[in-house]
Amino acid sequence: MPWDESLVNSLVYDEPDPKQGRVLSYVQSLNEALRIALEDNESVIVMGQGVDDPSAMFGSTKGLQDRFGESRVFDTPLSEEGMMGVCTGAAMRGLRPVYMHNRPDFILLAFNQLITHAAKCHFMDNGLTQVPLVVWAAIGRGWGSGAQHSQAIQGLLMGVPGLKILMPSTPYDAKGLMLQAIQDNSPTIIFEHRWLMKKNGFVPEGKYLVPIGQGVCRREGEDLTIVGASHAIELAYQASKLLAADGVDVEIIDLRSIQPIDDQLIEDSIRKTGRLLVVDTGWAIGGVCAEIGFRAVEKWFSYLKGAVRRVGLPDVPTPAGYALEQHYYPTAQNIVDVVKDMCRK
Amino acid sequence: MVQYPYEGQGFKDWSGALEKYSDSFLIDLFYKMLRIRLIEEEIENRYFDDLMKTPIHLVIGQEATAVGACAALSTSDLLYSGHRTHGAYLGKGGDLKKMLSEMHCKANGCAGSRGGSMHLIDPDVGMAWSSAIVGGAIPIATGAALASQYKSDQNVTMVFFGDGGTEEGVCSESLNFASLKQLPIIFFCENNFYSVQSPLRTRQSQRDIFRWAEGHGINSSVVDGTNVLEVYEATKSAVEKIRDGGGPHFIEAKVYRFRAHGGAGDDSQTGYREVEEREMWERHCPVESYYSFLDQNNLGIKSQRPELQKQIEQEIRDCFEHALKSPEPKKADLFKYVYAD
Ligand SMILES: Cc1ncc(C[n+]2csc(CCOP(=O)(O)OP(=O)(O)O)c2C)c(N)n1
Repeated sequence: MPWDESLVNSLVYDEPDPKQGRVLSYVQSLNEALRIALEDNESVIVMGQGVDDPSAMFGSTKGLQDRFGESRVFDTPLSEEGMMGVCTGAAMRGLRPVYMHNRPDFILLAFNQLITHAAKCHFMDNGLTQVPLVVWAAIGRGWGSGAQHSQAIQGLLMGVPGLKILMPSTPYDAKGLMLQAIQDNSPTIIFEHRWLMKKNGFVPEGKYLVPIGQGVCRREGEDLTIVGASHAIELAYQASKLLAADGVDVEIIDLRSIQPIDDQLIEDSIRKTGRLLVVDTGWAIGGVCAEIGFRAVEKWFSYLKGAVRRVGLPDVPTPAGYALEQHYYPTAQNIVDVVKDMCRK
Repeated sequence: MVQYPYEGQGFKDWSGALEKYSDSFLIDLFYKMLRIRLIEEEIENRYFDDLMKTPIHLVIGQEATAVGACAALSTSDLLYSGHRTHGAYLGKGGDLKKMLSEMHCKANGCAGSRGGSMHLIDPDVGMAWSSAIVGGAIPIATGAALASQYKSDQNVTMVFFGDGGTEEGVCSESLNFASLKQLPIIFFCENNFYSVQSPLRTRQSQRDIFRWAEGHGINSSVVDGTNVLEVYEATKSAVEKIRDGGGPHFIEAKVYRFRAHGGAGDDSQTGYREVEEREMWERHCPVESYYSFLDQNNLGIKSQRPELQKQIEQEIRDCFEHALKSPEPKKADLFKYVYAD
């Protein structure tokens, strides 16, 4: 059992009403997506360290090897760069590998194959080859994950041309984006968040796709726009409830895909509210916050009533200990404070 | 002091083996090596015109590996390579016009001027891919072999890399994975003893590279890389075993590059290796030693050579001319193929 299971089990989310639709947990929804993809297309293979073990990648790959066999769902050596290259080569030859990692930290070992090979093959080959693969990992947080098991590295990858980067926040999107990513012909990375794994939500049966590059408005509001993705949306949502009690009405834009980014959705919202706060699970410097903030200044400056602000991680590696962690990760209250400050001006 | 002397036997014991080959096969091997040599020499001659704005890594001295190994493959078999691409590309049958256009940065280059000389590909003849990152193509080739196994398409995948390539972590990772899954792949190491100007002795402990490969549970052998027939036989035997369902093979070929690591001309005089060492290997030149061997065995090569040479020279002139007058890519081309449709 993963070491942080009890922590993840203890998290509380709004519960969907089962009378209004089928409810699945985030992990169940991922499992269903992988099952459908494997059924749907013979070219799909799923690999990663421990995908066939009892923990089954937090449960997301549970039962898949039994059902589809060892040639389609298999454990790998601890060779992140090598296996990334294997996926790339297999993808160029017509397979659709899904390569799963427990944590994004392990993808750092594969950067040469991911960034300098997979992301560039199609371009370098003048379109002669394609690299339809999915790299998947769940960002860790808490229970001593610390500096080497909690890195949210999306910001490092956003600037690499040729990659698509997805960060779902709901079970519905987790399934629809996984299915879309597997179908996409470019290398696509999915960063999940460990804290969302037990969150429940409505998930339709069967196959459906969530388009890449399209965000969604999670909450309409008039006073200020909060833009983010993944678990940062959960925080923004909690903050919005606190703010509503104080008469502040925020709009929440869930990007779902941080590369490419749904500019139109952000623009329409800022045009209405005139204020922008960007939230992210990663470092505030040089990542999602920095990029969206800069776009706002560059493209939508005339709609802005005040400075763009951001709530991300401080410019510090993650501490392992519980007490230090409380000072490290932003909270819903942090978001509330920043929003109130912005709206005062 | 000569650090890495030639220790092979040349064609000493090969005359008796000749009867199993057809004359045309034997002459074709010579033709292909000579062609690569002449193409490389012409690229070198013209390099300082600065019209080929690309790094070059010549294979002069290493023709027998590309030609011998590729002769054992069929067109649909896949070949991957590192930065030293010219021999692999031409050995596999890559289009010379497209290669020279690529080197002249033209729109009709084999990669539309997006790859350059270190990224020559020609999918039509199975020249599948190459990487300018040392070792980078090795796991990608391994993945291609995984796809072949998965689809049961009977293709053999081969990947060329240098002695330096074996030092990259992905090489071990790939050997392990190929061995684990018994993939249909040949890892072909061209050991020319140097990585740029660094000799093996400053990079690896004293060991045989093929023995190290063997430690991964892979069937491994070493050949004289100046002997095109020895290279051919080793590769052919590996290909046959793989087609019979055998797992991966590793072949180490001892070779020597007669030129600098990159660019035109030799740089031995800078002192990292002895001029005398190069001259020793030049006496075992893969093209000329094979030529003498054929001649001694009365294959009529002497009378054919002038005509073959003329034919190749004409082809080279035509292909350079074609490259020079080919169109350049346009600004709009730059933005294509970032994502696949
Ligand atoms: C990862 C990486 N490190 C360093 C280089 C620079 N480099 C290019 S070729 C080369 C020499 C490689 O030697 P070897 O693999 O033996 O091949 P050879 O050039 O002898 O054919 C080096 C160090 C590179 N391209 N990639």
